[in-house]
Amino acid sequence: MSKPVFLSSHSFGDLTNESTASCHNEELRNLSLSGHVGFDSLPDQLVNKSTSQGFCFNILCVGETGIGKSTLMDTLFNTKFESDPATHNEPGVRLKARSYELQESNVRLKLTIVDTVGFGDQINKDDSYKPIVEYIDAQFEAYLQEELKIKRSLFNYHDTRIHACLYFIAPTGHSLKSLDLVTMKKLDSKVNIIPIIAKADTIAKNELHKFKSKIMSELVSNGVQIYQFPTDEETVAEINATMSVHLPFAVVGSTEEVKIGNKMAKARQYPWGVVQVENESHCDFVKLREMLIRVNMEDLREQTHARHYELYRRCKLEEMGFKDTDPDSKPFSLQETYEAKRNEFLGELQKKEEEMRQMFVMRVKEKEAELKEAEKELHEKFDLLKRTHQEEKKKVEDKKKELEDEVNNFQKKKAATQLLQSQAQQSGAQQTKKDKDKKNASFT
Amino acid sequence: MSKGLPETRTDAAMSELVPEPRPKPAVPMKPVSINSNLLGYIGIDTIIEQMRKKTMKTGFDFNIMVVGQSGLGKSTLVNTLFKSQVSRKAASWNREEKIPKTVEIKAIGHVIEEGGVKMKLTVIDTPGFGDQINNENCWEPIEKYINEQYEKFLKEEVNIARKKRIPDTRVHCCLYFISPTGHSLRPLDLEFMKHLSKVVNIIPVIAKADTMTLEEKSEFKQRVRKELEVNGIEFYPQKEFDEDLEDKTENDKIRQESMPFAVVGSDKEYQVNGKRVLGRKTPWGIIEVENLNHCEFALLRDFVIRTHLQDLKEVTHNIHYETYRAKRLNDNGGLPPGEGLLGTVLPPVPATPCPSAE
Repeated sequence: MSKPVFLSSHSFGDLTNESTASCHNEELRNLSLSGHVGFDSLPDQLVNKSTSQGFCFNILCVGETGIGKSTLMDTLFNTKFESDPATHNEPGVRLKARSYELQESNVRLKLTIVDTVGFGDQINKDDSYKPIVEYIDAQFEAYLQEELKIKRSLFNYHDTRIHACLYFIAPTGHSLKSLDLVTMKKLDSKVNIIPIIAKADTIAKNELHKFKSKIMSELVSNGVQIYQFPTDEETVAEINATMSVHLPFAVVGSTEEVKIGNKMAKARQYPWGVVQVENESHCDFVKLREMLIRVNMEDLREQTHARHYELYRRCKLEEMGFKDTDPDSKPFSLQETYEAKRNEFLGELQKKEEEMRQMFVMRVKEKEAELKEAEKELHEKFDLLKRTHQEEKKKVEDKKKELEDEVNNFQKKKAATQLLQSQAQQSGAQQTKKDKDKKNASFT
Repeated sequence: MSKGLPETRTDAAMSELVPEPRPKPAVPMKPVSINSNLLGYIGIDTIIEQMRKKTMKTGFDFNIMVVGQSGLGKSTLVNTLFKSQVSRKAASWNREEKIPKTVEIKAIGHVIEEGGVKMKLTVIDTPGFGDQINNENCWEPIEKYINEQYEKFLKEEVNIARKKRIPDTRVHCCLYFISPTGHSLRPLDLEFMKHLSKVVNIIPVIAKADTMTLEEKSEFKQRVRKELEVNGIEFYPQKEFDEDLEDKTENDKIRQESMPFAVVGSDKEYQVNGKRVLGRKTPWGIIEVENLNHCEFALLRDFVIRTHLQDLKEVTHNIHYETYRAKRLNDNGGLPPGEGLLGTVLPPVPATPCPSAE
């Protein structure tokens, strides 16, 4: 590569340099090179770096239980991802994510397959789409959180955002189910949807064509935005355009091999024939694999980041109250809104603190009052007891006095009676003496 | 290059974000390793081609700054590096043309293409650096410029409605020209590199290396390396950012043997041995710029452009820019930069001796 290359005037976006740099050209000068510089190795340098870090790819499979999601994944990636088939008894839809490391030549891929377990099994499917939307949002949120951190490490962040959503349509042959429409409508602004018809070997060729057109027209009339294979780059525009015509891809999955001719091929064996997975006239599996992996994997990742994630981020930040420009379209710095929010938040905090303090004070007062009451009661009781005690004491003393009085009286009475007795005795004696004297006297 | 895979993000962080009452959305398990080579070709390795195509379409930005006293051959070297008239030299040393009183920053953008790869090259010149009598703090305008570019990028990144591709004006590489005195580094050199090695990738080069003989050259280089080490100046490639053993051995070799590159620049061609080569004609011979026996220009060119260009950009983005961002957000109390509420102005962009106009 030593030919000098002339570049016709081509400006790369805006070069607006609002710094203190003086006298710089706003127009970019186009230069011709007089020899080989060597920066054409730049894409290789970039690719080498990415290769050494490894790639992430996350696929979400949405479809009813038993529609063939796990089998298709096994077939796509040529391996058996261990998983037990789900039952139909799930109470709600839940998402099961599994990560695998695959390596091909020097490319390391961290593949995450997310399955919707229990989708379409419930009697009431109103909320079926919600866990799916929540999961997708949660991955965006995780990335956003990392991006907003002060100390962040985005370059070795394990990206879990869903890059592609394979929506499995049941091969009824009629049209989309209302659950399908509702779910896809909810997901189309959050993830790249690639609709596929599962178990396509149950539909005959002529019915298939009608089925596909019915599905596509229903999607269009309901405004469902499915993933558009990019047609802006010349090398892939053609293949993408031709493949898009076959959407939704009618696929058949199988990990079993059947001998066809003298080769072993992945196929499903029926009494009436063998459906070959990789035969393009039997099903669109090869097309799906081309589109999903071999042509557009990088574009899927880029769309997820540049479109779906940015949309999520914008909505989330706006929800939190941030704006880029105010009504006068003057650039509204994030700073102001942050400050306002912070003041608001601090104000709320303060208010809460006040409330809590007041409540605390009130409680304390209540408790104090209670305690005072109790104290008063106690005092009263004590007084009462004291009085009772005093009364009793008085009573006892009264009784004692009474008793003493009685005793005194008794003593007095006793003394008196004794005296009387002695007097009586004396007088008796005197009487008797008198009597005796009398008698004596009479005798004389 | 076999590098370890990035660690699986702690799953706890993801599950915390989900409200409890609903059936909990799943969290990716630890990855299971499956070697699929045996079972058939999937086509995962095509992602390399896909990625390459995309990057070729979008093109690359590269911003290189040259710092050094006037007359050291900065413009010539840049022209030689990119094989075109990237900088217009101060053609004749004209006394009427005033030496700028302070360091000026001149950024000129170019678009060049080679092999289908489009590159927007911006060369940032710093006339006036080290040319005054009193050169105190002459690195400050440079530091300010670099930080301003980080600030601009940060502002764009923090926007709610972001551009698909944020224009990258950050300085990816700073070539610092050392005067070939043959003795040691000047105090100005040390001061500059000490301050700036923390914010930008500095590649020291010994200018006008044709004034030294081979022995003088290697002695000088050794002394310069020693001095840089003693003063704790980490020039690019920095030791701490070596990602794995392979990188380390490769970079060690460059750090300890080749750097600083002793270069000679020229944009004139002469006939040597039947070939046209870039060189400098002297009475005693023609110094061939791209001859490794004569000078190390080819090493510098290969290093900066052919092998480490992407790495320069990545270190700038992943490390210098992130450091700046973290510091800026921390200073603001976790808030992104901008003008404060009710006209209160936040602390200006660092290294500003005078108020900045934002």
